[in-house]
Amino acid sequence: MEELVNLFHGFAVALQPYNIMLMVLGIVLGVIIGVLPGLGGANGVAILLPLTFSMSPTSAIIMLSCIYWGALFGGAITSILFNIPGEPWSVATTFDGYPMAQQGKAGEALTAAFTSSFVGALFAVIMITLVAPLVASFALQFGPAEKFAVYFLAFCSFVGLSKEPPFKTIAAMMIGFALAAVGLDSITGQLRLTFGVTHLLNGFDFLIAVIGLFGIGEILLTMEEGLAFRGGKAKIDLRVVLQTWKELPKYWMTSLRSCFIGCWMGITPAGATPASFMSYGIAKRVAKNGKNFGKGEIEGVVAPETAAHAAGTAALLPMLSLGVPGSPTAAVLLGGLLIWGLQPGPMLFVEQKEFVWGLIASMYLGNLVGLIVVLTCVPIFAAILRVPFSIIAPLILVLCAIGAYSVHSSTFDVMLMLVFGAIGYLLKKCNYPLAPLVLAIVLGDKAEEAFRQSLLGSQGSFGIFLSNPLVSTIMILGLIALFWSVIQEGYTRLRGTVAGPGSRAA
Amino acid sequence: MTTGSSSNTGPTHKLVEAGVTLAIALFGVIVILGSLKAGINWGPEGPRAGFFPFYIGLFILASSAINLWHGLREDNDGLFAEWGQLRQVLSVVIPTAIYVGSMPFIGLYVASIVFIAWFMRWLGKYNWIIVLAVAFGMPIVTYFIFERWFMVPLPKGPIEEWLGL
Repeated sequence: MEELVNLFHGFAVALQPYNIMLMVLGIVLGVIIGVLPGLGGANGVAILLPLTFSMSPTSAIIMLSCIYWGALFGGAITSILFNIPGEPWSVATTFDGYPMAQQGKAGEALTAAFTSSFVGALFAVIMITLVAPLVASFALQFGPAEKFAVYFLAFCSFVGLSKEPPFKTIAAMMIGFALAAVGLDSITGQLRLTFGVTHLLNGFDFLIAVIGLFGIGEILLTMEEGLAFRGGKAKIDLRVVLQTWKELPKYWMTSLRSCFIGCWMGITPAGATPASFMSYGIAKRVAKNGKNFGKGEIEGVVAPETAAHAAGTAALLPMLSLGVPGSPTAAVLLGGLLIWGLQPGPMLFVEQKEFVWGLIASMYLGNLVGLIVVLTCVPIFAAILRVPFSIIAPLILVLCAIGAYSVHSSTFDVMLMLVFGAIGYLLKKCNYPLAPLVLAIVLGDKAEEAFRQSLLGSQGSFGIFLSNPLVSTIMILGLIALFWSVIQEGYTRLRGTVAGPGSRAA
Repeated sequence: MTTGSSSNTGPTHKLVEAGVTLAIALFGVIVILGSLKAGINWGPEGPRAGFFPFYIGLFILASSAINLWHGLREDNDGLFAEWGQLRQVLSVVIPTAIYVGSMPFIGLYVASIVFIAWFMRWLGKYNWIIVLAVAFGMPIVTYFIFERWFMVPLPKGPIEEWLGL
């Protein structure tokens, strides 16, 4: 089996002492990022991306992806101990995690959360190992029309699946596309939408947007709430860990189901958050003691954590094999690939074997290292949370400024970051989703290129997007995803249960 | 603009949301105008530069119109935020704007020291020893990590030059 050989080569790369050091560093930074308000996974990776410019791409992606794993782990700590979800997908973890902590079972809840995260991630990585090469070799045959269809599907799933109103999702997404279009047009070499401002010649960098929208915007939201941390103490000793581990296999069914939900939802964009809620909801309905959910049931921690981590990991599958990231953080990693001179997408598996398999191997190792780090260091990370916000906030703001500056060594970008921060605050308050905006900035140029090349091939006829079975299938899947909420509503209405106000789609 | 349910005042959610939606629509108009300038029809090498963004602009405009309609129809007279909360937000935005604006002239390090110190002293009310420790400690650590270890140059002003960094 060729893949297995490649994977072992990958392990050899990932197990170099320098890379292991980066892995541990990445995990620790990632957990800190996940724990602190205003520093989510996407934003944290974006700030630290410039640090990797001098590294080899493989070492760089190992460190950055480990930051991502760390952030996923870190989200659980704040959810359980402080009832503050560090990331949107840890919201469901608070439902049972926080009550457990209040009952003095914080150790059990944390152990269950970390272990489930690990199980979910492991499952997703195995899936990536097996499926990604297949998807990539399949995608090698894609022409521009198929490529555009994949982007279409990705963006439609955002509209259909996100909990925000569909037209707000579309508006946010289109803002992203418009921002991506600013500057030099990659096909004709013509300038557009710059309105004579020289700073805009190169367009808007999505890293600046990520740091502003997620980082600064989040700080402003926290300031408004005047958040004061009042959290429980956390202590995990070996006895609690072993005891919890003895109990966990009882929930293998929940785990397995959550793994599948997570992988499935993670591949489609906007996946991790709905995956965690869906997994929690199903577990609550199916479990024997489902009516105790919300009062501190360990199964209620296992289900969302497994699904969220599986989804977060699975989000890297389309990023690697198709060049379509499944989450904002995966989008930032994809941006990193572009900066290091790698073309994400199916060719990566042919041309950059060492890089791809080094990354996949590091996913196995990174999650293992992560589990050990978080289990042993929880008290330290919890202590970070007790540092008052008025110390943390200026430090994060300075870090954001440094991150924004070092992308292009431009102070104009730092100002732009603050503007994006204010916009992010307003959009978030008005219930506009930010993830599709960022993804559209990242993918805008590529989607447009695929779109125009397809039209060029067909002399301007839109029929090209339905010209063969493959492209038609993807486009139709996209349309189904786009109208998913309408279809669902129509279905329930057919059954005569709900006749609520309809949201009609154009 | 007070609401019965809350004793505190502030702008209503409806008003702010309408404003945001209109701003987005305006952005859509700008995109459409820019696209028209770049050319939205077909040229010798296929669709011209403004072709794609033109339709994006139309989408922005259309979805904003629907959002505005939904937003105004909604029965939500809650507050966007209380004035006190907005003051808190502005107490971060304005100093950050000054911080960011002064960076090209005095460099990142000096600006950061002043900014952190200001934030901790006025918003956090810490005593000067802690304030100075954090305000100087963080930029110094940053200097070593970014410039020495990872060799990422950060903006410097006259004081750094005078120190020979």
